[in-house]
Amino acid sequence: MIELQQVNKVYDDGFHALKDINLTIKKGELTVFIGPSGCGKSTTMKMINRLITPSSGKVLINGKDISEQNPVELRRNIGYVIQNVGLFPHMTIARNVAVVPHLKKWEQDRIQPRVEELMRMVNLDPEVYRDRYPSELSGGQQQRIGVIRALAADPDIILMDEPFSALDPISREQLQEELSRLQEELHKTIIFVTHDMDEAIKIADTIVMMKDGEVVQTGSPESILRYPANDFVRTFIGQKRMEEGPQGEPLRLSTVDDVMVTQPATTYPSRGLAEAVKIMEGRRVDSLFVVDRFRKLLGIVSIYRVLNMFNEENKTVGDVMRPIGYQVAPGTPLPVAIEMMSNHRLTNLAVVDDDGRLLGLITRGSIVKHLNEVYPTIVEQFASSLGEEA
Amino acid sequence: MNNLVSFFQERGADIAIALQEHLVITFAAVLLGSLLSIPLGILLVYNRFKWINSIVFFFANILQTVPSLALLAILIPFLGIGMKPAIVALFLYSIMPILRNTYDGFASVDSSVLESARGMGYGTMQRILRIQFPLSLPYVMSGIRITTVYIISWATLATLIGAGGLGQLIVSGLGVNKLELIVTGAAGAILLALLADALLGWLERLLTRRFGRTSSIAA
Repeated sequence: MIELQQVNKVYDDGFHALKDINLTIKKGELTVFIGPSGCGKSTTMKMINRLITPSSGKVLINGKDISEQNPVELRRNIGYVIQNVGLFPHMTIARNVAVVPHLKKWEQDRIQPRVEELMRMVNLDPEVYRDRYPSELSGGQQQRIGVIRALAADPDIILMDEPFSALDPISREQLQEELSRLQEELHKTIIFVTHDMDEAIKIADTIVMMKDGEVVQTGSPESILRYPANDFVRTFIGQKRMEEGPQGEPLRLSTVDDVMVTQPATTYPSRGLAEAVKIMEGRRVDSLFVVDRFRKLLGIVSIYRVLNMFNEENKTVGDVMRPIGYQVAPGTPLPVAIEMMSNHRLTNLAVVDDDGRLLGLITRGSIVKHLNEVYPTIVEQFASSLGEEA
Repeated sequence: MNNLVSFFQERGADIAIALQEHLVITFAAVLLGSLLSIPLGILLVYNRFKWINSIVFFFANILQTVPSLALLAILIPFLGIGMKPAIVALFLYSIMPILRNTYDGFASVDSSVLESARGMGYGTMQRILRIQFPLSLPYVMSGIRITTVYIISWATLATLIGAGGLGQLIVSGLGVNKLELIVTGAAGAILLALLADALLGWLERLLTRRFGRTSSIAA
């Protein structure tokens, strides 16, 4: 258990970064600190491994005041993951993972199996990756190593400072899932800092909402969504609403641009059919949009058509694609798009600009996700009407 | 041709001594320069008062601009003549490039690498020795390389204050009007500089491959 008691931080220039923070972080839980930038969430987290010292107040871990402990020793017993990963570029992957066990002077024959075990935990084959250098890995792989490096010496507490926010959306989602999966096995006390509410809701046991150096609300994701403590929290959990326009006109605000998936699975007309199947597998979709080099939308190809023609090896995607039936322009109000989809029984709808370029894709899933983000209170009413179509 | 053979037979011992002296002067100057400048560069990176850095770099730059002949002469009243003042003078020249490169190398290490090192429990010395130094080695090495090449060429002047070296051959050659001696001294210094450059360049590349796996390594 970690306790912060009356913690304040005032910088030399007089900036009052943290104001009387009182927090209890439960053992074995994943606690997310969230808030806009500059709210003090990272500062609060860094108090726990003494990277930042409080101006006043105490931080206790399991009842012991950490200001009386050796900071270097303390940090070796707390895992630490940062946004920019910070792998050591001159060390191999295996050596990077083994950093803390080395610092703690583990026996060599204990370190190696541990490193391999950890690498397998995040699906990176030790045989393949052990002797590579960080620069040879993708961003997502690097941060997987960042995460297992923090786990290496089996610390009870792990601090994660916006660990996934620099990753592309697909890797981010994968890593969030992997973290949840690991946490289910390991039950570490994890402090996770983010500014992304979706991420917080996805992984948190407890959310600590912060603003201007103060804790605004603490609770489970469910309770924060249901009972936001004030307008700030309401705004933060439904941030998109604020970005769009004046409140109170919810139907006017949403356009297809808010809802669309911006990275729909695409392919080029010159691609072979086996390649198309591979892309569909990778993206877990049943159809691909066919675009040219300038992202101009040419047509759509579904898995059924591809499989029908699959034996003809000379056929390309361009030969089997069908033209697009329905599309909308950016800026189209969401209700118009929804009506179009339901009238024509479409599972998805492409958003195409004036030059014919594919900007994004609206799916039933993306509509539900959007509603869930923006109108948590009216989702129930809407769910029934969508259900009739499905 | 016969002339040349007999010249080398006759003067072989002198040439060997001159070469040896030249190497000793260069090596001693670069070694002293590294011993001072590398730790000093590290200290400056960690120094919070940036005005001190400006002063140190100012003096290192001034030293660099004093003409080498003048510097050698200035030292005579303090250190007399011979190898000692020559080494000191050349050592003073080596400070700037090594200091500058060490400083830049350390300052170039990615701040996220340093943050994660600190957060995972590296002590200050461990961080310097195991993280920052290996990562800035390519920079430090290139500083040493530049310095060594310069110093080999400047060391030819050291003979004027009685330090010997390949410059000795040139000066004697001028005295007795013997072209072979002048050429041997000059060519020897050039070859030595090229050789040192190649050797240190190879070492630098080796270390870059080994340690410098950051995208930021250039220099």
